[in-house]
Amino acid sequence: MSEAISARTSRIGSVVTHAVLTVGAVLMIGPFLWQVLTALKSESEVTNVPPTFLPLEWVWDNFAEVFTSLPFGQQLVNSIIVAAACTIGQLAFCALGAYAFARLEFPGRGLLFALFLSVLMIPKQLLILPQYQIMSWLGLLNTLPALILPGVFSAFGTFLLRQFFMTIPKDLEEAAVLDGAGRFRIFYSVMLPLVKPALAALAVITMMHAWNDLLWPLVVNTDPATMPISAGLTSMQGQFRTNYPVLMAGSFMASIPMIVAYLALQRQFVQGIALSGVKG
Amino acid sequence: MTDLAVRPAAARGTTATSRPRRIDRSAYLFIAPVGIGLGVLYIIPAVTTFVLSFTEWGPFGGNTFNGVSNYVGIFQLETFWTAMGNTLLYALIGLLTLPIAILCAVLLNRKGLRGVAIYRALYFIPFVTLPVASGMVWKWLYNGDFGLINQFLGIFGIPGTYWVSNPATALVAIGIVQVWSQVGYYLIIFIAGVKDIPAEYNEAAELDGATGFRRFWHVTLPLLSPSIFFCSIVNVIATLQIFDLIYVMSQSGVSANPAFNATQSILSLFYQKAFAEGDKGSATALAFLLMLVIGALTYVQFRLQRRWVNYV
Repeated sequence: MSEAISARTSRIGSVVTHAVLTVGAVLMIGPFLWQVLTALKSESEVTNVPPTFLPLEWVWDNFAEVFTSLPFGQQLVNSIIVAAACTIGQLAFCALGAYAFARLEFPGRGLLFALFLSVLMIPKQLLILPQYQIMSWLGLLNTLPALILPGVFSAFGTFLLRQFFMTIPKDLEEAAVLDGAGRFRIFYSVMLPLVKPALAALAVITMMHAWNDLLWPLVVNTDPATMPISAGLTSMQGQFRTNYPVLMAGSFMASIPMIVAYLALQRQFVQGIALSGVKG
Repeated sequence: MTDLAVRPAAARGTTATSRPRRIDRSAYLFIAPVGIGLGVLYIIPAVTTFVLSFTEWGPFGGNTFNGVSNYVGIFQLETFWTAMGNTLLYALIGLLTLPIAILCAVLLNRKGLRGVAIYRALYFIPFVTLPVASGMVWKWLYNGDFGLINQFLGIFGIPGTYWVSNPATALVAIGIVQVWSQVGYYLIIFIAGVKDIPAEYNEAAELDGATGFRRFWHVTLPLLSPSIFFCSIVNVIATLQIFDLIYVMSQSGVSANPAFNATQSILSLFYQKAFAEGDKGSATALAFLLMLVIGALTYVQFRLQRRWVNYV
């Protein structure tokens, strides 16, 4: 009999749990739902009191208007190029360096590694002004390389991948050495495939930061044609002011690539974020 | 998640070998790309920026040494103290993320609960969303005339306000969005933390008659404290650097938001000084002060941890 009671209390408990979690989920996802619904309404309909839930008239044109009055398409393309270049560049350069630190013996290794670690301690906003100066000297302001370059080199990525290279048994590598394979061959065909999960985690996290970054793009690229979508959206606010349907259509389209990437690559996202600790 | 995170530490012992090592100078070629990049774009700038915080930046380049006057100038600035106070308030509000995430993690850990993966995925979405886009959505929700929040409050006859342009509410309004966007991240960490609590502890507590809240308070929470400590460090460091949401919700696209100063953080003041006012010396000094604050608060948290963190 006591079992029947505990079964009932546990059923009640589970209903309460679901209720609380559902309220939470609505709070987390509700804003996105409202964003989409607003994006599909007319400018006058969103000022209705009380508000309409579903659009009275579905105004798909709001999405088109985003593209006509802004270099929005261009900015989306910019963001895609920047995110892809940062990710590929960072993976390649960090993996190379990480392999050397983990596996090769050379004079100055300790000192160089300590120098790398010290970069981890520097907050990035401290570097914004000098980095801006460098971009200006190189004549790269208002170009995509200005957005890409700082993101390509990462002490954190090097450190993370080094930790993973360290865990791989030496025998595999030594077998390849006996076969007469060169260093780069060993790195590329033997070692790299073994750290694939770490590479994937680093890739998604790099991509996310590159896509979402705002401060650095605002600083280096003031020309709308070379802005990524994050900075572009902020300038859109000035342009459309109170035209909320168009603003919502724009912000929806700008955030959807990362949300889709996350839903498709959940495991890698969670791993990457668990490994990277602080955002940024 | 944990298997990947734990492996390096677990396997560390196996990598040490006593075999003789050969010096391989090709290592320099492997390190060169990332090493040169970090040197030019990170290490040299870090050194120069420190020096430059003691100079005045000429309009066409060229710096003149002016001692600590950038710092003195900042300390005399009223907006600096406002921004500093605001930043600390953001950090305080940001900490609310942790109890919310812990509560959700404990609920999600209920035996036999269905749909855990779905909840987790949904809660996580705000974290991966472009902050600028989130800021715009919330600004619309907060809108004083037609925003959903005021319309909702209206049902109960509660008068709303212009949440992000009223200096009394703007900072809290932005802080709430920050919490909303971060919960998913900490949830992931706490779910792993709660799972790692050995079942015997809970069983023993149950035998002693501790249920529900008491078990949470006396078993779960103390055993979770190392995770909580880690999260509070990460959380404070992250919110002290708040910028995107403030820029989007209170500073861009609004001509003279009355709550502009009331929402200013150190980093948004930095941006304003450096790029709107062109006062790069002060901006650099500000960046250094922010670093000091981050360092100091992290240090204090480490000092306090022995009072409340239980390492099993």
